Amino acid sequence: MLNNQGRPTQPVEVAAPHVRKTFTGHRALAMEEALIFEVGRAEVTGVDVDDAGEFTPRLGKLERTTPIDLPGLSEPETMRHYVRLSQKNYAIDLGLYPLGSCTMKHNPRLNERMARLPGFGDIHPMQPVSTVQGALELIDTLASWLTEMTGASAVAMSPKAGAHGEACGMMAIKAALEARGEGAQRRVVLVPESAHGTNPATAALIGYDVRPIPAREDGTVSVEAVQAALGPEVAALMLTNPNTCGLFEPEVVAIAQAVHAAGAFFYCDGANFNAIVGKVRPMDLGVDAMHINLHKTFSTPHGGGGPGAGPVVLSDALAPFAPVPFIRKDGQKFTLVEHTQGTQSFGRMTAFHGQMGMFVRAMSYMLSHGGDGIRQASEDAVLNANYIRVCLSDVMSAPFGDKPCMHEALFDDRWLKNTGVTTLDFAKAMIDEGYHPMTMYFPLVVHGAMLIEPTESESKASIDLFIMALRDLAFSVQKGETERFSGAPYYAPRRRLDETRAARSPVLRWTKPKPIAAANQIAAE
Amino acid sequence: MSTVRYTKDHEYIRVDGDVAIVGITDYAQAQLGDVVFVELPAMGKSFKKGEQAAVVESVKAASEVYAPVSGEVVEVNSELEGAPALVNEDSAGKGWFVKLRVADQSELGALMDEAAYADYLKTLD
Amino acid sequence: MRQENSFATKEITLRYLPLTPDDRADMLARIGAENINALFAAVPADKLLQAPPDLPRHKSEMEVERMLSRMASRNVSAGSVPFFVGAGAYKHHVPASVDHLIQRSEFLTSYTPYQPEISQGTLQMLFEFQTQVANLTGMEVANASMYDGSTGCGEAALMAHRITRRRKAVLSGGLHPHYADVVRSLSQMTGDSVVSMPADARASEDLLAQIDDSVSCVIVQSPDVFGNLRDLKPIADACHAKGALLIAVFTEVVSLGLVEPPGAMGADIVVGEGQSIGNGLIFGGPYVGLFATKQKYLRQMPGRIAGETVDAEGKRGWVLTLSTREQHIRREKATSNICTNSGLCALAFSIHMTLLGETGLRRLARLNHANAVKLADALTAAGVDVVNETFFNEFTVRVKGDAAALVERMAAQGVLGGVPASRLLPHAGVDDLLIIASTEVNTDEDRAALVAALKQ
Repeated sequence: MLNNQGRPTQPVEVAAPHVRKTFTGHRALAMEEALIFEVGRAEVTGVDVDDAGEFTPRLGKLERTTPIDLPGLSEPETMRHYVRLSQKNYAIDLGLYPLGSCTMKHNPRLNERMARLPGFGDIHPMQPVSTVQGALELIDTLASWLTEMTGASAVAMSPKAGAHGEACGMMAIKAALEARGEGAQRRVVLVPESAHGTNPATAALIGYDVRPIPAREDGTVSVEAVQAALGPEVAALMLTNPNTCGLFEPEVVAIAQAVHAAGAFFYCDGANFNAIVGKVRPMDLGVDAMHINLHKTFSTPHGGGGPGAGPVVLSDALAPFAPVPFIRKDGQKFTLVEHTQGTQSFGRMTAFHGQMGMFVRAMSYMLSHGGDGIRQASEDAVLNANYIRVCLSDVMSAPFGDKPCMHEALFDDRWLKNTGVTTLDFAKAMIDEGYHPMTMYFPLVVHGAMLIEPTESESKASIDLFIMALRDLAFSVQKGETERFSGAPYYAPRRRLDETRAARSPVLRWTKPKPIAAANQIAAE
Repeated sequence: MSTVRYTKDHEYIRVDGDVAIVGITDYAQAQLGDVVFVELPAMGKSFKKGEQAAVVESVKAASEVYAPVSGEVVEVNSELEGAPALVNEDSAGKGWFVKLRVADQSELGALMDEAAYADYLKTLD
Repeated sequence: MRQENSFATKEITLRYLPLTPDDRADMLARIGAENINALFAAVPADKLLQAPPDLPRHKSEMEVERMLSRMASRNVSAGSVPFFVGAGAYKHHVPASVDHLIQRSEFLTSYTPYQPEISQGTLQMLFEFQTQVANLTGMEVANASMYDGSTGCGEAALMAHRITRRRKAVLSGGLHPHYADVVRSLSQMTGDSVVSMPADARASEDLLAQIDDSVSCVIVQSPDVFGNLRDLKPIADACHAKGALLIAVFTEVVSLGLVEPPGAMGADIVVGEGQSIGNGLIFGGPYVGLFATKQKYLRQMPGRIAGETVDAEGKRGWVLTLSTREQHIRREKATSNICTNSGLCALAFSIHMTLLGETGLRRLARLNHANAVKLADALTAAGVDVVNETFFNEFTVRVKGDAAALVERMAAQGVLGGVPASRLLPHAGVDDLLIIASTEVNTDEDRAALVAALKQ
């Protein structure tokens, strides 16, 4: 079940619109920026550090003898370097970011301020528990909100991201099966073909064999397909709900019952929980474990690829096996259980207590929304996605007909067939229109997939303009204006990049160029 | 005179006596896109028919290459290490993967000939 | 009409939600749905909640700030007291510009750089980060970060198993006990074996005796959890003689400014915690795992990697590359299940490291070491037993009685004086050991306060 659907990764040559060349390479506000290794100097530093004075080192014979090769920049140079770099990035704060399954919603700045309160940001995970009672109170409060919203009995807070949460949930399942004496017998985890790649990767990481479940024509998983794959060797089903096609699994309750009847556990990938918070409690559907991506559903910033946070809610059956550390409340006092002795805990996921910085942000988001606002946010996310789905359905093709979606609308590339434009081209043309492309080529079960998730953070005016822009692009496709697509983007900081070259001869770090004389000599030889 | 046979997974096998050359078809390389890496088996390794013998990677995809018939690896195309693009440029020629000593010639009978494979491709979209 | 009913409707206005009740009505009409629940038709009717969850209603920014500030004020922050707590996370001064830059919208509110044309900022930063990490550790290649040092350590063990096709890890007794727990928890699941050496504050363990043909990797931390510096060279040589790999771990990255890097001593994989540079304590996370290895093991390395290339006009640019190792393509055969990593923490690390440069980092490391030496000397002079021969900015002392109780007593006096070894290693006979870290933030007054508290 590998991803074997390729796509062009080498740009084709299409002339750019004529732009006058500049001496510096800059184009007004669009600045070219060298690497720090090309502009920094070893003797320059942007931090004043006191001189250590005279003392007798205690390093044994292990003092560094080699140069580090780290150039420095002064503070003004540093500011300029990173501000210039930042201006080459798209961001939620710049425009609609419809990356399906990634949930690019607004990141409130109150959350940033709260995470930086010294009482949260400047406390050490190993300082005495008596000096961090407020921190434990925050984690405990967040945990109680998560269990209330999901209907769970317990939540493991320490996992550091969604995939880490998946691993945590699957480890709890494995520990529960071991405790039942069925650890050796149950070796297989069922994973639908439409699943995010982390699901099979996680199952394999924990030592399970993966058995794929085919998707139905309508993009959902049938109870019959699950039943057919179940057996005494099956440990768990990993199912995403709402699924990666943006659909709520209509047979999820029956599927859960079938899984339980076969003695297996039901792991739910909660990546799309944001569609149903306050509307459905996953544990009511029969889920045993589900991770929650705080960086998706509860607005903690994505930060260019993390950090995330992936607490895992657990059913009664799995709760005893949760990893350390966890919090116990003893009257008004919180204590931390940091070791497995005397518990059934399967062990430890990470050095400390989890992503506290993300916990504070998520708590701030939850308190701001309240139970009522969280439900409204889910409804708005679903409303926005369906509005886009309906408004584009006459020009683009949807793989599963016109039934309602959840928080994301899925299209395929049938409507592009024989137009000379691919999903990739279409996505790159969106960049020129000022949009981040939607998720492409995922889920794998849909050919040339385009998965659009607007989130609740968009106004109707913003969504209307987005729809008009996509319709305009679609009309361009129909009219055969392929050059608008094949060379796109034309106006981004970079044109299409040669990913083939990057992979065939990887350059993964900067290295000092050879001095010119030496280079000439090499060339001469 | 060599015989060429094809599998439904788009491997080809060109048999010459008891040694056969295995690679992926032009259709397969086009589906994958620019090939950037090929993971080849060790010399002397034996495979049963249908076992994974190699992995071919493009930038955004990876595909397993299965042994079309049972056999032992007698040579691998080490040129692919430095020039994976050969798979795209000449999949039927310089882009071959492994040479197998065929264990059971009768297994070839279950594979498609050129015409059957061409018909098979027409059924795919 | 709707305005008149606004109290009756369940729709609310909230500062983060731009849709108005009229918008919602218009959009539902366009969709052809009678009400919002028509869009939730696939949810079994008896499972659809009829009312919001039983949680408090939405709050203004001011109210939220008041509530959370109250919780925060119940904690003793590191900057408010003489502070000597380490054991895997360290209090350092982070320049103001770092925190400003990482809060720029284009860094904070962007996703993983899947669309390189509009993500060059993040990608170039990652390429610079990878270079910094490789140079610091003395290794050939580094990835774009892991969640933290401990999860990186778990991944490193799995990577070694893949490379060596063996399934036994030997853990030094100086490895941070939580890191060891992460490795053991994972190994227990996969059925891989782990040999754990007993904790030993004097670092006198005989690791070489453990290395044989069945060992995949030896995991050694330096400075170790008790603060001792370890010479990795003989261990690396012994590993290589038996076809095993040496995984070198550090929890204090500042040490690399003054101590010989693991790469120069023969390590095959280097993993560590990068929190000290650019990142605050934040009660344990988010932090940033650093991960570096040799070029020949590149394809077995987990995590994202940025690589250099050119665009259609021949201009230099960067992309995420070698993704076929990763879960979104290789699925159950991926090198790891990691997806999101620690992008923003890696940015903070990289900015701080750029500000320091070689000169600044060396000075900072020297100052840390000097402060720790001064403290150790003062404690020795006061009659406290310092266990370590060698250390960087953290060492272990033997106290009279129970170190955990002592730490509580010191906390009551307003001194956060270290980590009792028994908190990390219960039932290991280390109740009288206290692990003390001293960084550039400690003043002479801080040291005097600790010495006084420990003398009592």
